Amino acid sequence: MRIGYYIEKLINWLSFQGEGFFDAVRVVVEAVVNSVEWLLLLPPFYVLILLIAFLAWKRSGWGLTILTLTGLSLIWGMGYWTQTMATLALILSSAFIALLIGIPLGIWAAKNAFAGKLIRPVLDLMQTLPAFVYLIPAVLFFGLGKVPGAFATVIFSMPPAVRLTTLGLKQVPRDIVEATRSFGATSKQLLFKVELPLALPTILAGVNQTMMMALSMVVISAMIAAGGLGEVVLKGITQLKIGTGFEGGIAVVILAVILDRITQSFGLKKEIKV
Amino acid sequence: MSKLKIEALTLIFGKEKEEALSLLKQGKSKAEILKKTGCTVAVKNANFEIEQGEFFVIMGLSGSGKSSLLRCLNRLIEPTSGKVILNQVDITSLQDQQLQQVRRKEMAMVFQKFGLLPHRSVLENVAFGLELQGVAEQERLEKAQSVINLVGLHGYEQQHTASLSGGMQQRVGLARALANDPEILLMDEAFSALDPLIRTQMQDELIDLQQKMHKTIVFITHDLDEAIRLGDRIAIMKDGEVIQIGTPEDILTSPATAYVSSFVEKVDRKSIVTAASLMFEKPTVAIYKKDGVEGSLRKMRSSGLTSLPAVSADKHFLGFVYLKDILELKAQGHKTIEKAILRDLPVAYPESTVEQMLPFIAENGRAVPVVDKDSNKLLGIVAQTSLLIETTGACWQNVNGNMMDNLQKEIV
Repeated sequence: MRIGYYIEKLINWLSFQGEGFFDAVRVVVEAVVNSVEWLLLLPPFYVLILLIAFLAWKRSGWGLTILTLTGLSLIWGMGYWTQTMATLALILSSAFIALLIGIPLGIWAAKNAFAGKLIRPVLDLMQTLPAFVYLIPAVLFFGLGKVPGAFATVIFSMPPAVRLTTLGLKQVPRDIVEATRSFGATSKQLLFKVELPLALPTILAGVNQTMMMALSMVVISAMIAAGGLGEVVLKGITQLKIGTGFEGGIAVVILAVILDRITQSFGLKKEIKV
Repeated sequence: MSKLKIEALTLIFGKEKEEALSLLKQGKSKAEILKKTGCTVAVKNANFEIEQGEFFVIMGLSGSGKSSLLRCLNRLIEPTSGKVILNQVDITSLQDQQLQQVRRKEMAMVFQKFGLLPHRSVLENVAFGLELQGVAEQERLEKAQSVINLVGLHGYEQQHTASLSGGMQQRVGLARALANDPEILLMDEAFSALDPLIRTQMQDELIDLQQKMHKTIVFITHDLDEAIRLGDRIAIMKDGEVIQIGTPEDILTSPATAYVSSFVEKVDRKSIVTAASLMFEKPTVAIYKKDGVEGSLRKMRSSGLTSLPAVSADKHFLGFVYLKDILELKAQGHKTIEKAILRDLPVAYPESTVEQMLPFIAENGRAVPVVDKDSNKLLGIVAQTSLLIETTGACWQNVNGNMMDNLQKEIV
């Protein structure tokens, strides 16, 4: 069986036929990532550190605030501030795109049994297929740089957003849905006034997971020249510079912990309220 | 015209509904249909009418199809066949949008598990139905506030519903339904999840509210005591079939099947059975002025009674006359019974319950005269023994027939 041959044919055909489409996507995504990066680098580093620390204090408390202050200062001290911001921009943009597609897909899968059956195996595939495999078509479609990096990141990080949205909606108690229908709610009213608010904690857990998955793609997307902290780690590996590799790794971990705690706090806050 | 009319309503769960339906029409039993088609008959050919302002209770055990039947009324469950006619309009034929309008304006529902929105305050929950209708925020909050005051939730407006007790949560559920000002209130085991004391309290409040509102209420319960307390009429369901419809008193005094009477036996009858159903109409009476001393004595002799109610010529109740007093009058040479009439006795009305008549026995040991409230005309008498049978909980069926015949003689 020459499956590989046909897939290659298909990808080539796609990249040729869809050139205009891929170019458009490329321009838009590049603009998004670049403007986020530009925004992050606009204020002096200490202002941004204080801003993030303030957010951490608001959402969580003193522990995370101190962690944020020392962690981000350490990154700056190691001299990886611009790379970290490039990575953060890529993650935030990719996660944003993943949620933009993933949450509606999750809603569709929850509402429509057929869609649910269709989407599930695709999600399984997206999560289990080694990321390197779709890096190649990503490069074919979008060339090297941030955009194919974002593309690979979106594919890898979208499944939790879809799955947890579906789960959250299916967990809304049936008696509440029935009561809402009995008062003459339209499907739209049911979704926006009842189901989504009640599913919100679970959906926010999905947002958190999407962020974390996106972060785990940092090094892999650096292999197609997406830049950022992944490049630092990659340099450490390829040039056997153990110190550089570790420095990049530590920066990624710091970023991960801060992002995780802050996004988690949104979900937790909601849950207590309910 | 009736407010709500249910015509030949049948509900079947399962895949081969058509086949099950035709088997049902051939008169096959539920069990046979389940065996042949795998379909469950939840409601079988229900027919009844509910009047404007009526409190209609559907009573049955779990699995009797009562909740499914209720959900067919606003089509939360689609009936398999039959009609639900509200104000001359067949609800089963409505399109989605029209159905939404019916649900918004004409029928509101209260649920056993409350079905409140945990992410909203009490006030917002109550205003929810109006919000769905697109009523402006200020107007709907004002309306919600007035209903909140009505059901005794004042002071709880800003609380989250999860922090409230069951009774309070159901008040929110009731207020949410009332805020829409529906014509029909559907209540699905609304008080079943509450503690007994709270349940009784909520029942009382609902009765009070209903006296003010005069809504048409369809109330589902598995508790016959509750059905009898609340209902103007009760429909009893078993295995998807309505087996008897009647007033609480009809059901208690003439249960249609053995199944119904097995329920009825356990009910506390004292507060339900009324003088109207216990009294002997046309008792032997002494008619003052027409019946003199001799006439009264003759009536007593022929009926074997030692006392008679005394009435005026136009049947107004005057009091009782006793044999010994009349004999005394006769000895003194009187012609009329006037001096023998024992006046100012307590009387009962047709709607007086056994509970209310009990003190009469303790007081004087006479039969209880039942008079018309307005005209004071004697309608009949309730024998002591009848009251005693009711209070000891014996059923009429168990009472020996002869005893019934002799009741009047025994105690008057």
